[in-house]
Formats: sequence, structure tokens, C-alpha cells
Amino acid sequence: MLNKVVANAQEAIKDIKDHSVIMLGGFGLCGIPENCIDALVKSGVQNLTCISNNAGVDDFGIGLLLKTRQVKKMIASYVGENAEFERQLLSGELEVELIPQGTLATRCMAAGYGMPAIYTPAGVGTEVAIGKESREFNGKTYLMEYAFDADYAIVKAWKGDTHGNLIFRATSRNFNPLMAMAGKTTIVEVEELVEPGVLDPDQIHTPGIYVNKIFKGLHYEKRIEQVTTRKK
Amino acid sequence: MLDKFGIAKRIAKELKDGYYVNLGIGIPTLVANYVPEGIEVILQSENGLLGIGPFPFEGEEDPDLINAGKQTVTTLKGSSFFDSAMSFGMIRSGRVDLTVLGAMEVADNGDIANWKIPGKMVKGMGGAMDLVASAKHIIVAMQHVNKAGESKLLPACTLPITGLGCVKKVVTELGVFDIDQRGFVLLERAPGVSVEYIKEKTAGRLVVEGDIPEMEL
Repeated sequence: MLNKVVANAQEAIKDIKDHSVIMLGGFGLCGIPENCIDALVKSGVQNLTCISNNAGVDDFGIGLLLKTRQVKKMIASYVGENAEFERQLLSGELEVELIPQGTLATRCMAAGYGMPAIYTPAGVGTEVAIGKESREFNGKTYLMEYAFDADYAIVKAWKGDTHGNLIFRATSRNFNPLMAMAGKTTIVEVEELVEPGVLDPDQIHTPGIYVNKIFKGLHYEKRIEQVTTRKK
Repeated sequence: MLDKFGIAKRIAKELKDGYYVNLGIGIPTLVANYVPEGIEVILQSENGLLGIGPFPFEGEEDPDLINAGKQTVTTLKGSSFFDSAMSFGMIRSGRVDLTVLGAMEVADNGDIANWKIPGKMVKGMGGAMDLVASAKHIIVAMQHVNKAGESKLLPACTLPITGLGCVKKVVTELGVFDIDQRGFVLLERAPGVSVEYIKEKTAGRLVVEGDIPEMEL
């Protein structure tokens, strides 16, 4: 019998050791695994390498792990909204690898699809290309980029069942299903955890085979980075 | 001379019916406000949305529904969601017809720099390197000179490159330029701006052929 359900975030992340490589889903603050990030802060785990599109803001998301200096290395595509991140980077306290967003997504995808590497035109002729193998296809140059090799993927889904089948909502999908496929161990927090059979198989974004641990998040703040509205 | 809204308005005239368009952060985002009547374009947001709708009404913001600038948005009839790999799949495979993005520098051979100022500003390239490497048409929306009054249209980029030889059109507050093997080809002047003034503010190779018309907005 499948038993992927754990009680809470602390339980879900308890095996994560110092020096682990972890992927964290989300775009900006949208679709981030808030409960697991809180639990990682409380656990005090050190020297993490974090792979995530962004680095949160100063007091939310991965920003919380940066503040407590638990991150040794950050692999991201855009980190513009975090002053503490910029400070740690410019002072040399934090190791940072900035990579194109599509490359980040596709390196996750490659890991989940069991492919060792991909070719992409992004970054050709830039400092991203330094030290990388390139190859020409049909007259255009592409860089070879390796699939990620992460110990853990920590993702947030909207709904999940106890088999680990997942459904994401709106643009909070972003990197989450890709990372869910890419981790050696995949930990998922959901807003709604249901019994098998409740979710329509036709609507599943991530099949449960990719998921190792799942739990219902206790609390979701779902902070909005930029509230933009129009008048009625 | 144009303000940022004027630049956006002028770029909107480049839109064609049925285009799938990716608009970058800043001035490019404003282009969405000036889509000409009778033309339907579908906006792509690289965080996983085709068919970006207007900002939500006050109180109806959805934290799960944002654009690539992390602003709350809405969907439209016919919108779709997808993951980030598919998003860049549609960009890389040439399905996105037009990309409009900002730049710190553009060179007269089409090189663009817009992601890093060494030792000063470290924001990252986001999706810009993927977009410039793959988009069918790229228009750069930018200020012609920087805050120090120096030209941003250069013989060669001095900042770290985002992509090589990829920019084909630039719209600034002073004019509209194509880029071909000869350099920046002046097509239109902004209202009230002289060719002489544009020459003075353009450090890269500038091609002026015949009478340059003032742009119509």
C-alpha cells in the first residue's frame, strides 16, 4: 500500500541534511512551498544549494533562508527583488549561478525525462556559455546544458491525492511540475489533500509516480509581490 | 521627443493581427495599452500564461495569477496555462511572433546587453537570453541616452551581452531604427527631433538616407 502522506512540513523535510541540493518551485512568490521553507528555516539545516527561478524577497520565500545564511549557493534566473541577496552576492558571501530561465526549466525537464543534457540557443556568445560545449545544428549554434541533479525537489500544488497525483492552479504551476519530476526525492505540499479517485485522471498535471512525500500545508499566506488593479 | 507612453504607442503600430507577443517589463508592458483597433494579439507571459487579461478589479486579485513582472493580472476568453518548460518551448520553437524588451545597450550589429552591470546591478537575465536567442522579431524599447547623457546605441556593447546580433529594430524617444549590416538605419524621427540631434546622440554607425519622416502616432 502506498504511503506517501506525512503529517506536516517538519516531517516532510526532516531527512534533508546539510550540503543538500534542493529545488524549490515557484515564480516570484507565486506557487512557492511556503510551509516547507518555514520548516527548513526552523530545522537550521546549513550550506544548502538552492535551485529556484527567484530568490524570494527579503522577508518571504527563499529570502527567509538567505537571511539565516542557510544557503551556500543559489542557482536562479532572476533575483532582482531581494536586497539581502544582492548584498550577500556582491560581498562574496553567497555563491550564485545565474542561468537563463528557459535553460533552468529545461534542465529540470531533462532530469524528469531521464535525459542527461539538452541543447539550447540561449546564452550563446554570452558569459553563460563560458566553459560549455557548443554544437551547430542547421547553421545555428546551441549550448549543451546538463540535466539538474538535485537531492530534493520541494514543490507546491493546489490539489493532490494520497498517491501523489497533483493538480496546479493558474500561473502557480510554473516550475512546480517540472521540479516535481526532477528531484531524487520529491516533497509536495498542497492546499487540498484528497483520497484517490477524487481527482479526475484526465486533469492530473503530475502523476504520483514522481512524488515521494505529500502533506497538506497548514497555512498559506500567498503573498502578492505587486498588487496591480483597476477601478470598477 | 517621445515619453515612455509615446515609445509604447509607436511600437504598438508594429503589431499584426494574430500575433503572439511577449512583452518585457517596463516600457514594453505599456504596449498592451495601445493595440490598434481591429487587431487581435495574444500576449504570452513566460511564467505560464497565454492570453494575458487586464489588471483585476480592486479586491479581486488572485495571488496564483500573475504576469512575468509579478503583477496581478486576469485571464481572457481563450486563455491557457502551462508550465515553464512549455512556455520556453513555444518561445524556442519560434511560435512567439514578436518580442518587445528593454535594453541598457544595443550595438550597431544587433548585439544587446540588458541583464547585468558588473559590480553594481545583479538581477539576472530571467527569460531575456532565451527570448533574444529564439524570437522571430525583436523590438527594443529603450531610452536613447543614459542618465549621464551617453548614447546607448553603440558601436559595441560594453556591458555583458544578452544575445548576439539579434536586434532588428529599436524605438527610442528620438526615433525608429532598423539594424542591418550597415548599422542603425534611421527610419523615423520623433516629433520635434532633428536628424542632427539624433546623429549627436547616436554613438554607433548611423545610416541616414534621404528625407527622414516624422513619425505618426
